[in-house]
Amino acid sequence: MVNWIWLFFIVASFVAAALTGRMEALTEAAFEGAKSGVTVSLGLISVMVFWLGLMRIAEDGGLLRKLAAAIQPIVRFLFPDVPKGHPALGYIMSNMSANILGLGNAATPMGIKAMQELQKLNPDKSTATPAMCTLLALNTSSITLVPTTLIAIRMTYSSAHPAEIVGTTLAATLVATAAAILADRWYRFRSGPPAWKDYGGKGDSPRVRTGRPKAASPQSGAGIGPAAAGDGHPAGGGKGEAVV
Amino acid sequence: MIVFIPLYAAFRKVPVYETFLEGAKDGFDTAINIIPHLVGMMVAISMFRASGAMDMLSSLIRPLFDYFGVPSEVLPLGMLRPLTGAGSLAFTTELIKNYGPDSMIGRIASTIQGSTDTTLYVLTVYFGAVGIRRSRYALKVGLFSDLVGFVAAIVICLFVFG
Repeated sequence: MVNWIWLFFIVASFVAAALTGRMEALTEAAFEGAKSGVTVSLGLISVMVFWLGLMRIAEDGGLLRKLAAAIQPIVRFLFPDVPKGHPALGYIMSNMSANILGLGNAATPMGIKAMQELQKLNPDKSTATPAMCTLLALNTSSITLVPTTLIAIRMTYSSAHPAEIVGTTLAATLVATAAAILADRWYRFRSGPPAWKDYGGKGDSPRVRTGRPKAASPQSGAGIGPAAAGDGHPAGGGKGEAVV
Repeated sequence: MIVFIPLYAAFRKVPVYETFLEGAKDGFDTAINIIPHLVGMMVAISMFRASGAMDMLSSLIRPLFDYFGVPSEVLPLGMLRPLTGAGSLAFTTELIKNYGPDSMIGRIASTIQGSTDTTLYVLTVYFGAVGIRRSRYALKVGLFSDLVGFVAAIVICLFVFG
């Protein structure tokens, strides 16, 4: 689907620019976009390096496992296919709490780390698992308790009640999150258990699932062993691009 | 948190600094891996906005807003929100500046901006970092929840402040 949206953006832009005579602006915008893509990624480096370093300490210290155990019931409901006590659960928990507290710059590294942990459970490294989709759904609708940026902006423009939108924002975000979880559940249910038995649940090691994805490319198939045995390096990180 | 985590781990006899470096190294690789994904997405979004294609699309939906008595000034924000965080924040600021933070438009815009995250960015970064290319239904779920959040923000604001 991302392929189609991307293609649609580019083709629609071209057509619209041709109609409105903004061809030059279009080219300029393309390079502007490329530039800001790099800028944003570079900005992420400092945040990622710092938080992932800190989280590695938390992981080795056993904090993450404790955290995961504490919220087991909620997360088990949302992520039934992640084995009990798996480090991914700890990162998911950290990601969710950072989101709720509005710590956007901490939420992203935790979310990515959770993705990498989930990727270790993934038999087909280039296709998202249901657990990954759920994590993404939670993050795109991100529950936020206090939208600090907006309150600040409203104060700048001398609002009489800068914080009056906290309640409406919370209500809207809860509705959006509920919709995301429901939609995610529905798609999960509809797609059913994938052919390669993604719904392990009982096994506590990804190696239990030996069935290989039918559609897997040789590269991603071969990735199963080392990635499952790896101890915290970005599994398959960047390998997707190499195949493109 | 920054103090507590290393302290706790040191207590459990973890070599904290070495462990920090080990984890931090991953952070760098991950951020670099994201670059191509983010560039590809941002180019498309930037073109989409600059070409006027987004304005055309929003003028198609405008009558629906007029029909329900919803201020159509917030419509472009609803379309911008899932695509670009910085862009939609700029647009929200613009609306607040022009119509005042305590106007209905200002309140709705604030609520929309605060209640969802930038779906396309989250998808690109999270999946890009681990090399997922087939995102299955994730995008549909994200966009659906954006739409629901957008409508909910408008309805709730009209109800609470109306």
